[in-house]
Amino acid sequence: MKKYTDSGSKDTRSGFGAGLQELGRQNENVVALCADLTGSLKMNAFADENPDRFFQVGIAEANMMGIAAGLTIGGKIPFTGTFANFSTGRVYDQIRQSIAYSGKNVKICASHAGLTLGEDGATHQILEDIGLMKMLPHMVVINTCDYNQTKAATIAIANYDGPVYLRFGRPKVANFTSADAKFEIGKADVLTEGTDVTIIATGHLVWEALQAAEALEATGVSAEVIGMATIKPLDEKAILASASKTGCVVTAEEHNRFGGLGESVAQTLVTNNPVPQEFVAVNDSFGESGTPAQLMEKYGLNADAIVAAAQKVIARK
Amino acid sequence: MSQQDLQTVVSQVRRDIVRMVHAVNSGHPGGSLGCVEFLTTLYFDHMKHDPKAFTMDGKGEDLFFLSNGHISPVMYSILARAEYFDVSEMATFRKLNTRLQGHPTTHEGLEGIRIASGSLGQGMSVAIGAAEAKKLNGDNRLVYTLHGDGELQEGQVWEAAMYAAAKKIDNLISTVDVNAKQIDGSTDEVLAMGSIQAKFDAFGWHVITVAQGNDLSAVKLALNEAAAAAGKGKPVCILLHTEMGNGVDFMMGTHKWHGVAPNDDQLVDALRQNPETLGDY
Repeated sequence: MKKYTDSGSKDTRSGFGAGLQELGRQNENVVALCADLTGSLKMNAFADENPDRFFQVGIAEANMMGIAAGLTIGGKIPFTGTFANFSTGRVYDQIRQSIAYSGKNVKICASHAGLTLGEDGATHQILEDIGLMKMLPHMVVINTCDYNQTKAATIAIANYDGPVYLRFGRPKVANFTSADAKFEIGKADVLTEGTDVTIIATGHLVWEALQAAEALEATGVSAEVIGMATIKPLDEKAILASASKTGCVVTAEEHNRFGGLGESVAQTLVTNNPVPQEFVAVNDSFGESGTPAQLMEKYGLNADAIVAAAQKVIARK
Repeated sequence: MSQQDLQTVVSQVRRDIVRMVHAVNSGHPGGSLGCVEFLTTLYFDHMKHDPKAFTMDGKGEDLFFLSNGHISPVMYSILARAEYFDVSEMATFRKLNTRLQGHPTTHEGLEGIRIASGSLGQGMSVAIGAAEAKKLNGDNRLVYTLHGDGELQEGQVWEAAMYAAAKKIDNLISTVDVNAKQIDGSTDEVLAMGSIQAKFDAFGWHVITVAQGNDLSAVKLALNEAAAAAGKGKPVCILLHTEMGNGVDFMMGTHKWHGVAPNDDQLVDALRQNPETLGDY
């Protein structure tokens, strides 16, 4: 089984900041907006280098989404930055009408998604954002797994014409994808090849899935790990190819089981090749305060939980 | 355009509004009629725009954003009469597969529409973005918006108003249709807003009040004054006092025609009051 190594833990939000900085140098139409979280979103480098193309809107996310929509009228490519909760639930109608329905080329970039926000607690830990955003017609939804992938995805979405939701997080996590890899919207990454179970993971859970695959290998179970950064449009071909080989699927995500990646994968399976599936996800709950590791343990979102789900789903074959 | 020619357009636009709404027994005639003089002057006399070569970006053109999207009948009539699209398309208003949706949208590619509106309070933010893009592009044309007064109850309007003044968006001219009415009654009954002028003043806008918002010459003067005030570090607000239902006597002086269509007899009465000037669609 292919092994991955952590080249040095980094936060995914810094990958966003680095990608945005590079875009600022490459493309004069790229503009950025932030609602008083420039440091948290790592947008300072872009703001410093491009003061005329950076819009500090203050604590007014609804206005930010509208301004972003308007900036596209005139050929700009706006990147909005705030926490995932304030990027989605707080401004759902603004995104729905002024961006999605109006077909505007806005990149909604959301940090501090999921439980790994940590101590701030449930008011800030959105676990429903993937569902909210994937329900909007034609919205692209991406949840990146590490620094390198977040940087690559940030750069890639500037070249896609249409609304995109890019979700990433706060904590330092393993950085294991190639720094040279180009990000392709809608393409799954088969990270390890296996024959007994398919593990489809997104965001911070991809690294956990790789750890789970190693643990499973030690017990004689061959796991195929698929990194699914793009949740919409979903790479159904990759899912079905793997499921037909392994005959069972585990999905893993830092999100409510309702509305997330697992639900989309289940829809693909049930309409094409119904095989057993287990869900590693938050079970219809809000989060709470705690360290990221404590929370991922308590809510069952780590490698141990993925191993248990894999064993359970294999038994159901 | 001469006052007489503008009046010719006004009469036809009023006919278009009541005919469209009557044909499908739905839509919003009251607020539409109240804004006919304003939008006629804006599109036929004031703005620099190119109806026959519509582009989404509108570079080198003045832009208009309708924030109170429910007055789509007047918007569609103005756009059609300005030749953004053929007047015959008004016959499809609110019907299945139409580009003239109940509330305006870019979704079907209707020329002249640059943003969906209908859910209230969003247009000023969008206009600010378009105004910022014009500044970045070195485009010195202006960006106009229209809002209902009831719409000012939406908080996002004040986020946008605060931003526009703080960031000196002085290529933005936002007009509020002050007809003092909303669906459930007068604005004072529903949620009294106090002095709208004092609020925009306090937010740091240049405010122009038009007491006779249904008077073509008053509207023209106000728009000229607003354009002259642009570029001086402040966004400009026009408080346009209008009569809901203006031009159709039985629709005036009440909020009851906000979203109600005239019946057959009422249509005849309304059309009798507004002669056909440019040819019905």
